[in-house]
Amino acid sequence: MKVESIVEHITIKIDGEDVQVPKGINVIEAVKMAGKGKVVPHYCYHPKLSIAGNCRMCMVEMGMPMRDRATGEAILEEDGSPKIGWMPKPTIGCATDVAPGMHIRTDSEMVKESRNGVTEFLLINHPLDCPICDQAGECRLQEFSAEHGRGYSRFIEDKNVKPKRTRLGPRVMLDDERCILCSRCVRFTQEVADEDVLGFVDRGTYSTLTCYPGKELAHNYSLNTVDICPVGALTSTDFRFKMRVWFLKRTPSICTESSVGANTEIWSREGKIYRITPRRNDAVNDTWMTDSGRALYKAVESDDRLTHYTIEGVHKTSDEVAAAAVEMLKAGDAVVVGSVHSSLEEQFYYGMIAQRCSAKPMLVSHYGEGDGLLLSEDRSPNLRGALVTGLIDALPTADLEPLARSVEAGSVKTIFAVNEDLTELGLSKELLAKVQVIYVGTHANATSEVANLVIPSLMVFEKDGTFINQNFLVQRFKAAVPGPRGIQPDFTVLEKICAPLAQEKPAPVTIDAVWERMAATFDILPEDARWRTLPEAGLALDGTAFQELQFVETKNLKYDPAKAEVPQAEPAGV
Amino acid sequence: MAKTKVLERKPLTFAEKTFLPQIAGGLKTTFATMLQKKVTLQYPEERPNIPDNYRGVPTLVRDPNGREKCVSCQLCEFVCPPKAIRITPGEIDPEAEPDRAHVEKAPKEFDINMLRCIYCGLCQEVCPEEAIYLQDVFSLSGYSREEMINNKEKLYELGGTLPDSHYKWDKKKAAEVAGNSH
Ligand code: SF4
Ligand code: SF4
Ligand code: SF4
Ligand code: SF4
Ligand code: FES
Repeated sequence: MKVESIVEHITIKIDGEDVQVPKGINVIEAVKMAGKGKVVPHYCYHPKLSIAGNCRMCMVEMGMPMRDRATGEAILEEDGSPKIGWMPKPTIGCATDVAPGMHIRTDSEMVKESRNGVTEFLLINHPLDCPICDQAGECRLQEFSAEHGRGYSRFIEDKNVKPKRTRLGPRVMLDDERCILCSRCVRFTQEVADEDVLGFVDRGTYSTLTCYPGKELAHNYSLNTVDICPVGALTSTDFRFKMRVWFLKRTPSICTESSVGANTEIWSREGKIYRITPRRNDAVNDTWMTDSGRALYKAVESDDRLTHYTIEGVHKTSDEVAAAAVEMLKAGDAVVVGSVHSSLEEQFYYGMIAQRCSAKPMLVSHYGEGDGLLLSEDRSPNLRGALVTGLIDALPTADLEPLARSVEAGSVKTIFAVNEDLTELGLSKELLAKVQVIYVGTHANATSEVANLVIPSLMVFEKDGTFINQNFLVQRFKAAVPGPRGIQPDFTVLEKICAPLAQEKPAPVTIDAVWERMAATFDILPEDARWRTLPEAGLALDGTAFQELQFVETKNLKYDPAKAEVPQAEPAGV
Repeated sequence: MAKTKVLERKPLTFAEKTFLPQIAGGLKTTFATMLQKKVTLQYPEERPNIPDNYRGVPTLVRDPNGREKCVSCQLCEFVCPPKAIRITPGEIDPEAEPDRAHVEKAPKEFDINMLRCIYCGLCQEVCPEEAIYLQDVFSLSGYSREEMINNKEKLYELGGTLPDSHYKWDKKKAAEVAGNSH
């Protein structure tokens, strides 16, 4: 709300109605904001890229109140209303910024006529590819042709032939015949990805999108060009011909690749994930995400998923495993090795379990190289969550040397490990044989092989939960597909372990019940915060309490270590 | 209580009591029909003539050049009201089939569940490639549910070849080969 008050609003007239819009936005955004279902169709304009103004689809009529040149007085009509000087020809809405008193017509005859004209020109050389085109169903050209096209072709000459099935890079294919030369992809690689590899060659109707000779569209953001391409010219090699988009269900989720916490959408059909695309959040990832983050769903179907609750390798029910875990933890001398990949709710439980059996919680860091954009140095989605839930109060360590020494000395009896392969962190299998190991994880690894108890856990795509990103923004993700058969949500099983440790009866928990407890426990969370009612754009927390910590993130798209303040979301729709 | 009404019945005449006029009348019809052309079909040895546009079992067809017409656009799968169609789209391997590489897409699997199909013909109507037709096959039976699911092979076997008035992809190929100078 603070933001809204700073932005100056002006009044313009859209199709005869007064509308209040923020200053400095263009006509396309203004019309969208005015609501009432009005839109200015456009191809080349993208809110996060520079204005190119080359598709000419966004034509509107524009006029300003006339003024007398000599006196500066407003000229009035006979009835006293200000006389509007309409421009004789339509103008493009994307490159026209709103000005006080501006008049816009979005549905006049002239506007319709120009949209129809642009559509007809775009279609003269367009192939009849919709049946084999992956964009069908989400294609701007298809949508606008249905609305503004004439339904038949007056073009009797031969269509242009251009290269098809061109490989632009390891993940992107190009079909030049479908390209409408909007240059969005070119601008993206120049302005956002900062790797200038795409461009147009030849002239007129022969203009062709191509890669710079000897180069490839191979950077880690290449698939964003596929997202922003308004037509089916750029397609993803991974998603190509896999499934029609109209069959796919979209579920909002959060990328787990790094602490950026890019907002994503999971596209699935009947429990199978087909692709991941970015979801717009101006405070987190704008409209982009990494290619590597989009490939993470492949682990869902990998063969080494843990699919059974086991005790010493024998299949058991979750209740039996939980009871066995309680016994082990009650025996004392336990250590909880938590995970920066767990959701906030799970970390809350691990914290509670650790507290109830006086176990020492430990966390292991997952750091890598950042790219200054949407891949931060911290390759885990929820380090801040571990801080907020009090699981840790210092930054996690790189390995578990101290724990290994304690095991060696015999002062540890039980290790409760979550999603970390202990054998890679300084505890060899021989060492692990000296202690009891409870392992919670999604995939099999050397630790799960030697663990006495194995509790399979769900992947981010299969459960509800929250992560806290680099800017202390609480973000919610929802289950897109069901998990392996018989696997319960992690916090359900954790409740069965946690409650008996305090001589309580395990209660059937919902995620909102967990939130109720968390909100009551942690001051940093608002009292009335619940999972179900978390804002779509995330809930910003005050991270000043953790300012002293030396977080590894360096400056990236929405994070600046120099600035303690959380970057404010831009007003919606800008 | 419903009222019952007793109807008076006329007593039979003498002729009627003998039954002879009725027997004669019956036999007249019998002999008259005996001399007419037979209308009964000895089904299943004899089969009826199926009119054009009959909506029989949906099938997949090839064009006169033997090319598989379906490009697995999945529109029929979408439109099918009882969700009888299930398609797994696939990519045509340009190395294996260079002639067809420009079509890019073809179904890997194509199943129509005939226990679900209601013979509505919407799949035929929606197909942009004129690849699926409800033809003249009308009797279909099987011993198991699996048998009643027509797979791609079966669908092409049932469909055969139909005339094509467009040769869309052949034209496309010709244009690609000719190119256009600039
Ligand atoms: S780009 Fe759009 S209009 Fe063109 S073939 Fe693909 S779906 Fe059809
Ligand atoms: S490939 Fe797509 S995004 Fe790039 S210029 Fe062509 S239409 Fe625009
Ligand atoms: S005829 Fe109707 S019910 Fe049968 S497969 Fe086609 S669309 Fe589905
Ligand atoms: S039969 Fe026709 S509608 Fe169905 S997938 Fe094939 S091309 Fe598309
Ligand atoms: S959106 Fe304005 S010219 Fe393309």
